[in-house]
Amino acid sequence: MKLNPKLFDDDIEQAPIRKGFGEGLLAAGEADERVVGLCADLTESTQMHLFAKKFPNRFIEIGVAEQNLVTVASGMAAMGKIPFCSSYAMFSPGRNWEQIRTTICYNDRPVKIAGSHAGVSVGPDGGTHQAIEDIALMRVLPNMCVLSPCDAIEAKKATIAAAKTKTPTYIRLAREKTPIITTEETPFEIGKAEVFYRLNNPMVGIIATGALVYKAIIAARELEKDGISVTVLNLSTIKPLDEEAIIALARETGALVTVEEHQIAGGMGSAVAELLAQRNPVPIEFVGVRDRFGQSGTPEELLEHYGMGVSHIKSAVHRVFARKV
Amino acid sequence: MDEKKIKFLEKQANEIRISIIEALVEAGSGHTAGPLGMADIFTYLYFHELKHDPKKHDWPERDRLVLSNGHICPVLYATMAHAGYFGNDGVEKYKKSLRKFNSPFQGHPHRAFMPALETSSGPLGSGLSQAMGMALAERIDNGKSYKKWFYCLMSDGELEAGNSWEAAMLAGKEKLGNLIAIIDRNKIQIDGFTEDVMPLEPLADKWRSFNWHIVEVNGHNFADIDRAVGEAKAEFDKPSVIIANTIPGKGVPDFERKYEWHGKPPNKEEGAMALKVLQRV
Repeated sequence: MKLNPKLFDDDIEQAPIRKGFGEGLLAAGEADERVVGLCADLTESTQMHLFAKKFPNRFIEIGVAEQNLVTVASGMAAMGKIPFCSSYAMFSPGRNWEQIRTTICYNDRPVKIAGSHAGVSVGPDGGTHQAIEDIALMRVLPNMCVLSPCDAIEAKKATIAAAKTKTPTYIRLAREKTPIITTEETPFEIGKAEVFYRLNNPMVGIIATGALVYKAIIAARELEKDGISVTVLNLSTIKPLDEEAIIALARETGALVTVEEHQIAGGMGSAVAELLAQRNPVPIEFVGVRDRFGQSGTPEELLEHYGMGVSHIKSAVHRVFARKV
Repeated sequence: MDEKKIKFLEKQANEIRISIIEALVEAGSGHTAGPLGMADIFTYLYFHELKHDPKKHDWPERDRLVLSNGHICPVLYATMAHAGYFGNDGVEKYKKSLRKFNSPFQGHPHRAFMPALETSSGPLGSGLSQAMGMALAERIDNGKSYKKWFYCLMSDGELEAGNSWEAAMLAGKEKLGNLIAIIDRNKIQIDGFTEDVMPLEPLADKWRSFNWHIVEVNGHNFADIDRAVGEAKAEFDKPSVIIANTIPGKGVPDFERKYEWHGKPPNKEEGAMALKVLQRV
């Protein structure tokens, strides 16, 4: 998979996933002059400042008005532009869901919505700023593509790829620095899941998305010592689902754990369960937030408190392994 | 605008009102007051003002007309049908299939069923932002030469939605002289008169304070509408809002100025009565 050779080193490089979005948007803007940027008063925080500085005439500062953010973008898309809108996921798509539904998805306009600061790992800002419902909000919309990159490099590739599609797209980003798992050479394609960790004769499959992919890989490595062999699939596109990859993993392992920094209700795990219940039922355990809101704390404290640490992934694997028939 | 043109437009608007009544009676649901009240302005735009080609709806150089308050689509559909957007039998198709299964004439505008629409609409308050996005895109491409005009038709009631004012604020900031909003100031909404439900006055002052150019007009007088649009287009450094004073239900005295007619269609008897009145004009 051409992953970072330092993947298991203590001094693995770290970068915020949102940084990859900023770099990807700049690259997309250089490659295609139809790309425009719109932001709701969070230009640097969402890393759109790189684009805004380079292309001031193609950047619109919307102010604190997320409903306007996406509806203006819809109008620009109607004129042939490829608009990228950025804000915090809690506000966009958190606050402007109906506008996204009607003016972007119902109209089938190629607007790209970048939701930064997703998940509880936002940290000290507290629960109002921790979007843990956004995957559910976006994947339920017809025409919408949902991307959830696992590190800054993959976020850059996802952003560049999104600029080339005609599809409304949501790109989920995280605030905190997270380990760099991938390299420039790691394959990335919208709609395609990639195996990031593989042992022979895997007994359990983990499907992970976003910043927690790293923790899933660490858990898998530790589980090997416990005598459980695990394969980890990086699901960077949540919609459309890579059905074949998920079904193949379910068939090979017969038991799955899904891992995401999101409510279990309606999230990536739900999408996997919807597919497998119909096509290839296997026992599944879900790692995610269990119907609660976040709070202030360090990212690590919060991930531990809400049950998304390495230890929680490992116990979910043990639980699902015990359920295998 | 000469007398002959005015007579032509008046006749056209009356034909459009007749089609609206026929379609609503056949549909058995839909909105009556707003479509009748806006028939003159739609007629003026589609039969006089807009740069457009009904035979080639995706002509890139066309002016853009965004209908924000999608529920008055019976007047948009009827006007487009009379202008020739849907073929020779477009008016008949409209009258027979408004709000019916698989029809291009959906209950609220839906681009997937009618590609000639600039946008889908229904949920209120989002049209002005979209028209502004179009105007901004045009300015990125062609600067301030303003080869195209961007019209947003909106209701007064939808000004209660915050999204409308988010749009107003940005358009003022961006000084979009190619953007013209037309507000159907008919003073009614579903629950009653706007000033009882949620007062909007002083409406012109509100827009003025958002750095818009204000034009007020009698929305049933073609010469006055022509003057208002001319004044709006003459303002280059500000977006313009035309506050069109209209009579909801205009043309059928029994329907006029009654908010009860906001969201219901005429039944067969009421429709026959309305047609009798309109056909006498």
